[in-house]
Amino acid sequence: MAGAAAVGGSVRSETYASARNWLLLPSWAVLGIFVLAPVAMMLVYSFLTKEFRGGVIWEFTLAAYDQFFFDRGLFGDEPAKIEWTYILIFWRSIWQAGLATVLALLIGFPTAYFIATRPAHTRTVWVFLITIPYWVNLLIRTVSMKFLLRDQGPLNDFLLWTGLIDDPIRIINTNAAVQIGLFYSYLPFMVLPIYASVERYNFALSEAAADLYADKWTTLRRIVIPSVRPGIVAGCILVFVPSLGAFLAPDLLGGAKNFMIGSLIEEQFKGNAGNWPFGAAASMILLTLVLIILVFLARQQARAEREATP
Amino acid sequence: MPGSRNAIDVCNAVKRYGSFTALQSITLSIRDNEFFTLLGPSGCGKTTLLRMIAGFEEVTEGEIFLFGDEIENLPPHQRPVNTVFQNYALFPHMTIEQNVMFGLEMRGSSKDAARRKAGEMLELVQLAQFSARKPSQLSGGQQQRVALARALAPEPKVLLLDEPLSALDLKLRQAMRSELKSIQRETGITFTFVTHDQEEALTMSDRIAVMSAGRLQQLGEARDIYERPVNRFVADFIGETNLLDARVEAADASVATCRLANGLTLDCDAIGNARPGADVHLSIRPERMTLAAANGDPWQGTVRENIFVGTDVQTVVQLQGGIELTVRTQNSAAGVATIFDPGTDVAVDVEAGAARMLED
Ligand SMILES: Nc1ncnc2c1ncn2[C@@H]1O[C@H](COP(=O)(O)OP(=O)(O)OP(=O)(O)O)[C@@H](O)[C@H]1O
Ligand SMILES: [Mg+2]
Repeated sequence: MAGAAAVGGSVRSETYASARNWLLLPSWAVLGIFVLAPVAMMLVYSFLTKEFRGGVIWEFTLAAYDQFFFDRGLFGDEPAKIEWTYILIFWRSIWQAGLATVLALLIGFPTAYFIATRPAHTRTVWVFLITIPYWVNLLIRTVSMKFLLRDQGPLNDFLLWTGLIDDPIRIINTNAAVQIGLFYSYLPFMVLPIYASVERYNFALSEAAADLYADKWTTLRRIVIPSVRPGIVAGCILVFVPSLGAFLAPDLLGGAKNFMIGSLIEEQFKGNAGNWPFGAAASMILLTLVLIILVFLARQQARAEREATP
Repeated sequence: MPGSRNAIDVCNAVKRYGSFTALQSITLSIRDNEFFTLLGPSGCGKTTLLRMIAGFEEVTEGEIFLFGDEIENLPPHQRPVNTVFQNYALFPHMTIEQNVMFGLEMRGSSKDAARRKAGEMLELVQLAQFSARKPSQLSGGQQQRVALARALAPEPKVLLLDEPLSALDLKLRQAMRSELKSIQRETGITFTFVTHDQEEALTMSDRIAVMSAGRLQQLGEARDIYERPVNRFVADFIGETNLLDARVEAADASVATCRLANGLTLDCDAIGNARPGADVHLSIRPERMTLAAANGDPWQGTVRENIFVGTDVQTVVQLQGGIELTVRTQNSAAGVATIFDPGTDVAVDVEAGAARMLED
């Protein structure tokens, strides 16, 4: 009987296999042109020799990676030491992006929960309201944020007016400004996937938990959050990954000391000071890092599922 | 109602949704240790009443007491009652055992104690071997029993069950009926059971509250409600019946003689509003009449059709004046002898005391 079922299965899958390949063609084409080709280009460029005024010379070298990780002195003739500059920038970026993600989660989850628990006909309105600011270009929004956060800006004026502070607090050009900027840039990417999960959540489960003597917080922690976890993970990835590579917020709000990977890479492709292979190498390292983090998260998720299912 | 030994007292409870009144002044008491059923057609407010007892719906007016303590303002997690939800609402990310342990942990049991108790409960519902599975890996009937075990585990003072059997197929439903009933007897916990299935209500309940359109129609023991329905709604909803219009001819304290539209007369127990000349309704259960060959008795008519329903045969007899009666005959050797072909004239014998006068 098992044999018959297997034969039936393979016949069916053969019938559909060729059709499926054809139907998948557009997806593969899009993926190829917009994802694989650029990444392949970056990979190739990262192994080329830099041209003095931007651009590349088609000669294979590991110089870009070497420059990233090792310090061989001004003339390249000293014994190699670890180059901390870029690693620190990477570390700072991960830290900043992580904090922005946590901030987005802390604000985004209650927001998403709030929207998902409104009556059905008003939910779309709330979602629309959330997305309105994002119809404006990111650059303009970031510049506006700079205006809001500066020493004589509306935020400080307001805090002074309330009497909470006596002197303007310095926000602009600090790490906090970068985190606020990143958080603001990517908040909807946190809200929307969580909203989608919470909307699908069966609220009878919350009633069942309350019926079994769980208070609101326990219900949230033990029932709601585990049920909407895929949305939370998706939201965190969608905020963390672009934050990691962001350059507008760090450039405009963080000032020169709060340089992040995105700015580092951007510099390499701008004007005459650029170093294309180095920029490409930094991009590849960033990409690898992101992939490692994603694989790690995916495996965590899978293990959690496995542990829960015998 | 402090001091009362009823498990639950609902006093003049009203529920309004905006301008719509879902429950109109319900007053009823559920006794300790009994299997109590709320029975009524879809939309009559059974779930609403149950959810008010559990704490998921606010009470617009009135009070609810649990063993004498007023509870209608307590949040659900502070009420020592548990619910078996219609769609079970098992926690999908937890195993069966974790589901059953949840309420125990919330009440402060240690993990070990909770695990032990959960094991006992799963034993009780015969699912001990599935404790490590997820709810999605169980059949509907098994999920239903997990929901029951989960709700019973914290030993609630009252267990509320909202149509817990409605998603099961007929055979399983019948098996679960007796299982539920025996679990109720074993645990001694007061069960408040909601159903729209009158057969389910009759077979399981100690007492039944029949509801319709947000009102309590009648409350009593199953047999009482079946044999002495107070109004047309109850008579018609519980079991099958023949409803007849009649006028009271003569009445004393106990017996009233009623005349049907076609002139036939019938005696029945007198009830409060039976005064001579009053228009009333009578209910006669189909199994309380028998057929015989026509013999000149005025209670006679013509067989219109015979409907075979397995255990018995329903015969529609048309009396003079166009009144139709349904008569039920058991599908047994003795019964089959009194089944007549359509078109045959037959005498209808109404058992003494079979006719029941209704209040409205
Ligand atoms: N949230 C609500 N808002 C407005 N009306 C409601 C709401 N919930 C229930 N109702 C109405 O209250 C009445 C009683 O509903 P309820 O769910 O108690 O019925 P029920 O007797 O349990 O029916 P069923 O057997 O179909 O489950 C229905 O007419 C229903 O439309
Ligand atoms: Mg209901």
